[in-house]
Amino acid sequence: MATVTFVEHDGTVHQVDHDEDGSLMEIATNHAVPGIEGDCGGEAACGTCHVIVTDEWAGTVGPRTGREQQMLEMSPECEANSRLACQVAVSSAMDGLKVRLPEFQM
Amino acid sequence: MSPGERSAAAAMNSSRVVIVGAGHASAQLCASLRQEGWAGEILLIGDEPCLPYQRPPLSKTFLAGESALDELLIRKPDFYDKQAITLRCARVRSLDPEAREIRLGHGETLAYDKLVLCLGARPRRLVLPGAELAGVHHLRDAADIEAIRADLPAARRAVIVGGGYIGLETAASLRNLGVAVTVLEAADRVLQRVTAPEVSTFYERVHREEGVELRLGVGITALEGDGRVSGVRLADGDLVAADLVIVGIGVVPNVEIADRAGVSVEDGIVIDSCGRTSAPDIYAAGDCASYFDRRQGRRLRLESVPNAVEQAKSVAAAICGREKEIAALPWFWSDQYDLKLQIAGLSTGYEEVVLRGDPATGRDLACFYLARGRIIAADCVNRPHEFMFSKRAIAQELAPDKELLTDLTTDLRSLLDRSPSRAPRADRS
Ligand SMILES: Cc1cc2nc3c(=O)[nH]c(=O)nc-3n(C[C@H](O)[C@H](O)[C@H](O)COP(=O)(O)OP(=O)(O)OC[C@H]3O[C@@H](n4cnc5c(N)ncnc54)[C@H](O)[C@@H]3O)c2cc1C
Ligand code: FES
Repeated sequence: MATVTFVEHDGTVHQVDHDEDGSLMEIATNHAVPGIEGDCGGEAACGTCHVIVTDEWAGTVGPRTGREQQMLEMSPECEANSRLACQVAVSSAMDGLKVRLPEFQM
Repeated sequence: MSPGERSAAAAMNSSRVVIVGAGHASAQLCASLRQEGWAGEILLIGDEPCLPYQRPPLSKTFLAGESALDELLIRKPDFYDKQAITLRCARVRSLDPEAREIRLGHGETLAYDKLVLCLGARPRRLVLPGAELAGVHHLRDAADIEAIRADLPAARRAVIVGGGYIGLETAASLRNLGVAVTVLEAADRVLQRVTAPEVSTFYERVHREEGVELRLGVGITALEGDGRVSGVRLADGDLVAADLVIVGIGVVPNVEIADRAGVSVEDGIVIDSCGRTSAPDIYAAGDCASYFDRRQGRRLRLESVPNAVEQAKSVAAAICGREKEIAALPWFWSDQYDLKLQIAGLSTGYEEVVLRGDPATGRDLACFYLARGRIIAADCVNRPHEFMFSKRAIAQELAPDKELLTDLTTDLRSLLDRSPSRAPRADRS
């Protein structure tokens, strides 16, 4: 069992316990976390799963890919640690992972 | 809490939402209803023997055998447990809006307080001699794919009837498996209903480069074979040999049970800007629903996942007493070979196109559709940057300098209005 914390733009915290390995987008949608849409099912095609990884986790999670970069840099809310949640593989080893959500998904 | 709110909250606790059809719209509805605070019962009734799954991969990775059905589930089984959603596999035969009941196939009736029709669509069938031969398939659900997969080991020559997105995706998947593929299209170009000629040209070239035989502007008179299909007879008399035929000529919305119950239908089940039908406490969303699109200024019935998701969110809000208009910009995607197409907006009514890239070469292209100088839609192949730019440009009603738009050295961000108040508003519930 591992925990992921999603912090909405208005500060609302969603702490999710999960025991599945999957993408961060899947974990969010499986737990009905609002603000992560995942319209394209994880194809990096819609850009509705934007999250900002907190500084302490950025190294573990790693940088965005070229395709993610092209999608995200158009977002007015893009930050250095912005990722598409569907492209972030989460394992149970990443216990305590914390990400923030932008105000709007594109 | 006001007395009104208290009684609404109490009703939400003891009331029952029944959702008919277990696909994309209903999977979203289940999540959105709980996010909106619906505390009452949610009963989801679908006629497919599985939880809601992603349909788009069916013609993409799933056909090629890369993924299993349980990897395609939109939400994992324990989501439904945790959100206290009751699932039933059954076919709903009729509705009784007066009695607030639905009737299942075997005669059982079930009462509802709120009813949501997420019935989707079914493939349009070929009505031709031989259409029932073995080896002839349509492509809508997981069972269709299982049937196609069963025929694949013996398939040498496939014919795809219809050069729309599903037909072309299927052609690409079969080419990737090494099957010879002919695409038959009645119009004089592929994707004729949905894209500009420049984009059709691009896709026709790539498919030919990948070894697909495209026959455009052709009619079909029969499917031939002895028990199993062996060829497709064209109107000009030619016979195209085939041991596998896949038909992708569009869909028909599943509106019959609504229509018979007196719920208003115009192509799709008519819904208002928040997903309500003409009958009290009956809502609809997704491929089966027809809504009024403000940007286009007319009624539309869209067939896409984002549309199903957006309408489901509005329905969930309406059920919980909150008005949330169906407003998100329509978009779509399609994967063929290494081409990832992303489409923003609806191009209907465009006056001119502006291209970024050359349809005659390469594997990427952006085609912007303009009306009265403003960008209303864009087809972006392997150009995610242009896609995201277009979403914002359409929301801002941007009338760009066309030279700059075509110029590959332009940083598109410099064309956008950067003031935060013009940022696209996506409802987050
Ligand atoms: C091969 C394929 C590829 C696609 N690719 C894309 C893509 O790339 N991008 C995109 O955006 N969209 C794509 N689509 C379209 C997308 O899948 C649909 O728009 C979406 O599934 C619509 O969701 P829905 O909930 O309205 O209907 P569906 O997902 O079709 O769900 C409706 C469900 O209701 C059930 N049902 C119907 N009548 C009854 C009844 N009387 N009783 C009980 N159950 C009933 C049906 O069996 C079905 O399971 C694709 C579709 C197909 C078939
Ligand atoms: S789910 Fe669509 S980009 Fe991540």
